[in-house]
Amino acid sequence: MLFGLSQTRKITIIATCVAGILFCLPNMVSKELAEKFPSWLQNTVSLGLDLRGGSHLQLEVDLKAVNAEFLSNLLADVRGALRKEHIMYLNLRVEGRESNPKLFFDLKDISNKDKISNIIKKIDSSLLTEVSEQGQVSITVDPIAAQNRSKLIIEQSIEVIRRRIDETGTKEPTILRQGNDRIIIQLPGVDDPQEVKKRLGKTAKMTFNMVDSGAQNTGHAGPDSTMLDYVRGGEEGGRKIAVRNQVSVSGEDLIDAQATTDPQSGDIGVSLRFNNRGARKFAEISANSIGKQFAIVLDGKVLTAPVFREAIPSGVASISGGFHTIREANELALLLRAGSLPAPLKVVEERTVGPSLGADSIHDGRNATVIAFLMVSVFMFLGYSMFGLFANLALVFNMVLLFAGLSLLQATLTLPGIAGIAMTIGMAVDANVLIYERIKEELRAGTAALAAIEAGYERAMTTIIDSNLTTLIAAGVLYEFGSGPIRGFAVTTAIGISVSMFTALSVTKLVTAWWFKNKQVQTLPI
Amino acid sequence: MAVLNLIPHNTNFDFIGKRKITFSIVILSTLIFMGSLLFKGLNYGIDFKGGVVMEVRMPTAPNIQHLREQLEPLKLGEVAIQEFGSAQDLMIKFENAEGKSNIPETAVNSIKTILGDGVEYRRIETVGPKVGDEMVHNGLMAVLYALLGILIYVAFRFEWRFALCAVIALGHDCFLILGMYSLFPLEFNETAITAILITAGYSINDTIVVLDRIRENIKRCRKITLVEILNKSINETLSRTILTVVTTFLAVLALFMFGGPVIAVFVLPILISMVIGTLSSIFVASPLLLYFNVKHGKALDEEEERIAKSLETEGRYEASVPKQFADDGVIEG
Repeated sequence: MLFGLSQTRKITIIATCVAGILFCLPNMVSKELAEKFPSWLQNTVSLGLDLRGGSHLQLEVDLKAVNAEFLSNLLADVRGALRKEHIMYLNLRVEGRESNPKLFFDLKDISNKDKISNIIKKIDSSLLTEVSEQGQVSITVDPIAAQNRSKLIIEQSIEVIRRRIDETGTKEPTILRQGNDRIIIQLPGVDDPQEVKKRLGKTAKMTFNMVDSGAQNTGHAGPDSTMLDYVRGGEEGGRKIAVRNQVSVSGEDLIDAQATTDPQSGDIGVSLRFNNRGARKFAEISANSIGKQFAIVLDGKVLTAPVFREAIPSGVASISGGFHTIREANELALLLRAGSLPAPLKVVEERTVGPSLGADSIHDGRNATVIAFLMVSVFMFLGYSMFGLFANLALVFNMVLLFAGLSLLQATLTLPGIAGIAMTIGMAVDANVLIYERIKEELRAGTAALAAIEAGYERAMTTIIDSNLTTLIAAGVLYEFGSGPIRGFAVTTAIGISVSMFTALSVTKLVTAWWFKNKQVQTLPI
Repeated sequence: MAVLNLIPHNTNFDFIGKRKITFSIVILSTLIFMGSLLFKGLNYGIDFKGGVVMEVRMPTAPNIQHLREQLEPLKLGEVAIQEFGSAQDLMIKFENAEGKSNIPETAVNSIKTILGDGVEYRRIETVGPKVGDEMVHNGLMAVLYALLGILIYVAFRFEWRFALCAVIALGHDCFLILGMYSLFPLEFNETAITAILITAGYSINDTIVVLDRIRENIKRCRKITLVEILNKSINETLSRTILTVVTTFLAVLALFMFGGPVIAVFVLPILISMVIGTLSSIFVASPLLLYFNVKHGKALDEEEERIAKSLETEGRYEASVPKQFADDGVIEG
């Protein structure tokens, strides 16, 4: 057991290197050939927008506007509720920030003090009411509910954005939430995002219309109706529905839609909630149309067409039957909620890289990396001759394992990421330099060849671990705080340095052991 | 033996004895950079201020002066137009007008009209000012967190005195890079923050190697002074320091020369920071240890004796273990 390399360890080292070559392979061969590989061997390094070309948009969701709207609705609702209950008040006012407003008013008649809490709860269950002895009422929004509201708005926005981008036929868009009120859109291959931006700015139209049952039966549109496509779960089944042109209720009046499960029967449904105006209209048409079918139309397509079973006076309706899974109901609820953008969007950042720049960057980056590799290799050979060659072999495997790691992790390679690879080449040999310098020191102190090698590896170990772990801390921070391209740098450096601890220690040790066994030299070529 | 014995060994330079001179140089350079930061400030790029960067490839090499005159009527403020990589490639840059929060979309479109047909738009970046503010904040936090994380790790693996010296040296490096951006007005953008963090990553790597050797020598060499220990450690690691800085420098130099103009801008500060990071391990981190009362030589002997004694006392306590445990027998190696 030379240098403490047990048989198991030797096999592990070799197996890791072979696995590295294997997982690296899909990146090396042509796309057609790679597709013939088994599915677990198809992962390749994905290129960032700065290398493959494309557009990166950062949108700001205007939560301020939504909050302002929420507040003005709340004020109106409170006024209405108090009037309905014949409660007299003074000084209705708003204080605090827009995201976390506080409503105050004073009761004229303190005897109403106990009723207030319930009245306010009825408006919105997330409202918290406090009444002082003097009859001053303060209403706040449950912060968790407020947070959930913002979250829901972002989710809805993302859903609308996704639908609209899909319409443009953009392939593989990435749409992500960023921070509290931002959405990041990445559009590979799009070198002019004008079209996408135009689509995003558009407000989708959602309406509730009655179905023209006469025309529906004949299959041809009537004088005041149109045949519209019926889409369910995103699929167009080719079915058409005759929808009356007159809009019964506007989609803007729909406040919320949620998937529901009946606690008793287990029936899956979607609940709808309208604002005051919507509730009034909905009550009117439902009362006149019991047993008749209506359609929810989004951008000229029918999402669903349920039948009124009863008059719905409260503005809260439920669509049930026809859902097989809760997912189906969720999808419809999401579509209904997402019908129109819940908040205005603003483009705050836009970065577009044309395909030629991306291709140039890949070309230049590859050249630079190869040159870096050659320069470092030559230098290592000049510095340590035979042992330098061992280190260079380790460096080859470092690169192989780095690409294997990037492929397996599905990490994104960016232009700074390529710089990270070149940096890794420079820093990876550091571990070998540390070991070899130790060996040299031992040899100078008169230690025999074999013992010197062993001591070199052993004593350099802690230094290598400490120095590389601190560098990894910096890379970790970079990953956490950096934006897309910069993250690419952090990823390649982090993987590269981690891998270097394996290649510089294990791979070179294994090779040195083999070499030493066959040569049995007295003086080391170092 | 190696083909070339490139790196000297058995050197015996007196790095620490001349610390009055080296510290003066360190302090002086820090003061210069501090002054530049205070009076000149940083040359914030559009990442931070908000604005537009366009990289365009013209069908033929354009007349930049003429182009500048054509863009004048757009009233975009100061528009920087420069060659980028080749005579056909241009970089056009301008900042958002004060107080305007919207991305000047119309400005980009007007420029496109003026440049005319046949132009290839290789890169267009528009950044709103609010995004820039967040980037400054995030960037500063990133550097602070990195320093803190490294401080904790080194304190845990070495001791707090070593950690403090390492982090002071590291802070010095980061500050110097920042000052460099101010003094030779390089554009300060997100990549600049990255360059600072890379400096931190590289510099700490180098510092740890030197500190590690100092720690080892403090334990081993009890008869010599701390100054001698520091000199010995730096000299012993000198060949490694030089080799590593050369390999890494070569690799990054390849990027600078062959990686294309975008990468070149990114790695230039890194090249410089590597040299600074290496020097600071020798001339800042190591000599600082002298001022932190690091236990060495006799003091270390005495402390070890004290610990040994207290262990003995514990040993006596151990001797009186309850009988039922003693009955389980003992295993001896």
